[in-house]
Amino acid sequence: MSNRAQTKTSSFRHWTVLLLVVSGLGLLVVRAVYLQVLSSEYLQAQGNARHLRVAEYNAVRGMILDRNGVPLAISTPVDSVWAHPPTLMQAGGRWGQLTALLDLDRRDLSDMLARHAAREFMYLKRHVTPEIAKRVMALQVPGVALQREYRRYYPAGAVAGHIIGFTNIDDQGQEGLELAYDERLRAIPGKKRVLKDRLGNIVESVESLSLPIPGKDLVVSLDRRIQYLAYRELKRAVAAHKARAAWAIVLDVRTGEVLAMVNEPGFNPNNRADLRSALFRNRAVTDVIEPGSTLKPFTIAAALESGKYTPDSLIDTAPGVIRIGRKTIKDVRNHGRLSVAGVIKKSSNVGATKIALGISKNRLWNLLRGVGFGETTGSGLPGESVGIINPPERWAAIDRATLSFGYGISITPLQLARAYTAIANDGVLVPVSLLHGDGGVQGERVMAKATALQVRRMLEMSVSGGGTGTAAQVNHYSVAGKTGTVHKLINGSYAQDNYVSLFAGVAPASRPRLVMVVAVDDPKRGGYFGGQIAAPIFSKVMAGAMRLLNISPDAPQPQQPTIVKASERRAT
Amino acid sequence: MISLQHWHIDKPLLIGLILLSCISLLVLYSASLQAAAIPLGQLARLAIGFGVMLAVAQIRPEHLKRWSPYIFAIGLLLLLVVLAVGADTKGAQRWLNLGLFKFQPSEIMKLGVPMMTAWYLARQNLPPRSLQIGGAILIVLIPSYLIALQPDLGTALLITGSGVFVIFLAGMNWFTVIGLLALAGTAVPLVWTYLMHEYQRQRVLMLFDPTLDPLGAGYHTIQSMIAVGSGGFFGKGWLNGSQARLDFLPESSTDFIFAVFAEEFGLIGIVVLFSLYVFVVLRGLFIAFYAQETYARLLAGSLTLTFFLYFFVNIGMVTGILPVVGVPLPIISYGGSSIVTLMAAFGILMSIHTHRRIAQA
Repeated sequence: MSNRAQTKTSSFRHWTVLLLVVSGLGLLVVRAVYLQVLSSEYLQAQGNARHLRVAEYNAVRGMILDRNGVPLAISTPVDSVWAHPPTLMQAGGRWGQLTALLDLDRRDLSDMLARHAAREFMYLKRHVTPEIAKRVMALQVPGVALQREYRRYYPAGAVAGHIIGFTNIDDQGQEGLELAYDERLRAIPGKKRVLKDRLGNIVESVESLSLPIPGKDLVVSLDRRIQYLAYRELKRAVAAHKARAAWAIVLDVRTGEVLAMVNEPGFNPNNRADLRSALFRNRAVTDVIEPGSTLKPFTIAAALESGKYTPDSLIDTAPGVIRIGRKTIKDVRNHGRLSVAGVIKKSSNVGATKIALGISKNRLWNLLRGVGFGETTGSGLPGESVGIINPPERWAAIDRATLSFGYGISITPLQLARAYTAIANDGVLVPVSLLHGDGGVQGERVMAKATALQVRRMLEMSVSGGGTGTAAQVNHYSVAGKTGTVHKLINGSYAQDNYVSLFAGVAPASRPRLVMVVAVDDPKRGGYFGGQIAAPIFSKVMAGAMRLLNISPDAPQPQQPTIVKASERRAT
Repeated sequence: MISLQHWHIDKPLLIGLILLSCISLLVLYSASLQAAAIPLGQLARLAIGFGVMLAVAQIRPEHLKRWSPYIFAIGLLLLLVVLAVGADTKGAQRWLNLGLFKFQPSEIMKLGVPMMTAWYLARQNLPPRSLQIGGAILIVLIPSYLIALQPDLGTALLITGSGVFVIFLAGMNWFTVIGLLALAGTAVPLVWTYLMHEYQRQRVLMLFDPTLDPLGAGYHTIQSMIAVGSGGFFGKGWLNGSQARLDFLPESSTDFIFAVFAEEFGLIGIVVLFSLYVFVVLRGLFIAFYAQETYARLLAGSLTLTFFLYFFVNIGMVTGILPVVGVPLPIISYGGSSIVTLMAAFGILMSIHTHRRIAQA
């Protein structure tokens, strides 16, 4: 069967076959070496690029606590449901259970998925309850996962709504202290390198790149109890007087710390459906008012500083009317001859005008600037207004006259409260602070101690019998304060029947601890004088605050032996 | 030893195949993300395969030779049936449902074509004359064409290869070899235009630049090259290959199983794996060399070279030097009837080697 020639051919053929096999194998080995040794680094990087990702994980935002450690804003962990759109899109059959559980519309879901078809991530529902989150996961719908997030709760609710503000759903401060101190409160998310599969699921975490840094807690100057008192009284007054709005601010005299700051109408930051931007404004710092008669103590202080006047200097306010150029300035009635103290006590516009015209423009200007009008209070609150005060070069006689009783100047309620701390603090003005500090506050002297004491004494008289502010009295404590009733400036002219009722005061008058400013905007029922509307609020809040702060009474006897019911008092 | 000889088992071949089977189970366990179902399924198939191999090894080569035309005829008939049924369903139709189990008639032809070609050429003295070569070529091309119509171009080409090996081993003179190569060269544009589907053309084009369509046709190649390349010299270790485990590698337990292996065991593992395959191939060629009869020698040579061709095409495809044609890595890839066919071929090799007349001329 086999001859020599054939054997020779087939042996040649054997070698050919072997050569083919060996060269084929050689090719594969060369290729393997090329891929695994020579291009290995590049291909490994390419491989890593496909599955190594840096993932962020959230940490908790700092709490906001009041000065006594009571929480005003806290974060709790919640879960957000998200989806990998391409995967979920393919699992159309499972949408039914998902939409039912998450309260979504099937068509909306379909539209959302279509819009995010090219993305790897899409929120289905933010901040669901743990119960819902658990049930969603139990469904095991492909492409659906949870993400840990934090939801902000405000235990004080509407009581401190404006001052605390709120965060958005991404945990960023939007208003109030949440915005002002966002950087401090905000948590820095941690980063870790993770392995993700083709569908974007985290399979395992490889290494931690940075640990999450939780936000720092913020201890603010507020006292939740006083805040609540002010809130309650303001709400009651707005309802009782059918007022448009109201503000109240309570400051610690020595440190300038804000113990309470309330706006009415308020909003509940816990209820996001309730958040309408018109309600967010913290009017106590963003809106300006004309202070009216509450400014008079500063006119008087400037007069006393000039040396031309003493508390006993007599000013003839008869006949209760004075013409300045073509304008007429009136008192409520003819008070006749009044001492400087009497001008405050009776709140005489004519008296204040005569005093202001008796001193230099610059002296009045310097004092008003000194107590902080026209500059920021240092509160750091978002949207704070600095107000408007025209420079003296532009003052005509009528401007000096109206300025003396608080018209033609725009200030915020917070500026007014701060200015009163200068009177309360024996002439030293302190910056306003919303943080609870150690009390070592550097103040600035803006008037002589004697002046401050004299003005305070006059303000005490204006609250006692025969004054305009008797309704502001607090049992067992002496009060120094001033009423104000301001015609509202509507469309460039002063409205006859729209007022802002004001009261600014200090307690206890002998050793001042608290300053409070109350403003009620456009009361429609039960009067409109500051002494009728604002002073009783001051009285109630201060009475509570004195007890809460454990301040020793300085007037064991009532300022007036006979207490007259507030409703029977008439005052300006 | 005596007993192995008695049972017509070739020990070196058996050891090589068992080692490859063990590697298969290990890699499949990793590729299937430690799910037991796939390795267990493979174990069952390998068990059936080894059983078939041992059974076939008991059959005398003379019987195999006598059955060759019938096996070929049955295979051809089944291919026509499949094609007829496939015409109704419009899509790719490779499977024949026999009630109890489904199987691909092309599997029969993996054995039927080389057997028939060897039978045909062994009827007369070698080397064959031109007319015989022409007849052999027809025997190879008709079933290949039918399989290509299914369409299963990969299998068609490999079956053509198995027939061509027989003709080559039978002793074509070199002029014929060159002539046929030239003919094949001119056939390439025809195959490209008429036989290949668009997706198959895409796959070939991707070979030259897979980045043309990294998310589409080039995706398989890029991902598998990345997987092989990230293995590096030492590999990432068993169960640590990220590309397959994170689902980036497609077909990780079937056609692209080698990428999983290469990523986890590196160049060292590849050298070991290649050595095992080469050992099996060399043993097969050794058996062919010592075969005492023309039919047996041609068949043994062709089956061994086809085994090598499978290995070469699959690795070439995974490492990006050949287009993606859908050829599994023999024994290692998770696959149904192809393992049984493959083991039957090794059974034939064992039969040829163990039924030699001991007294050699």
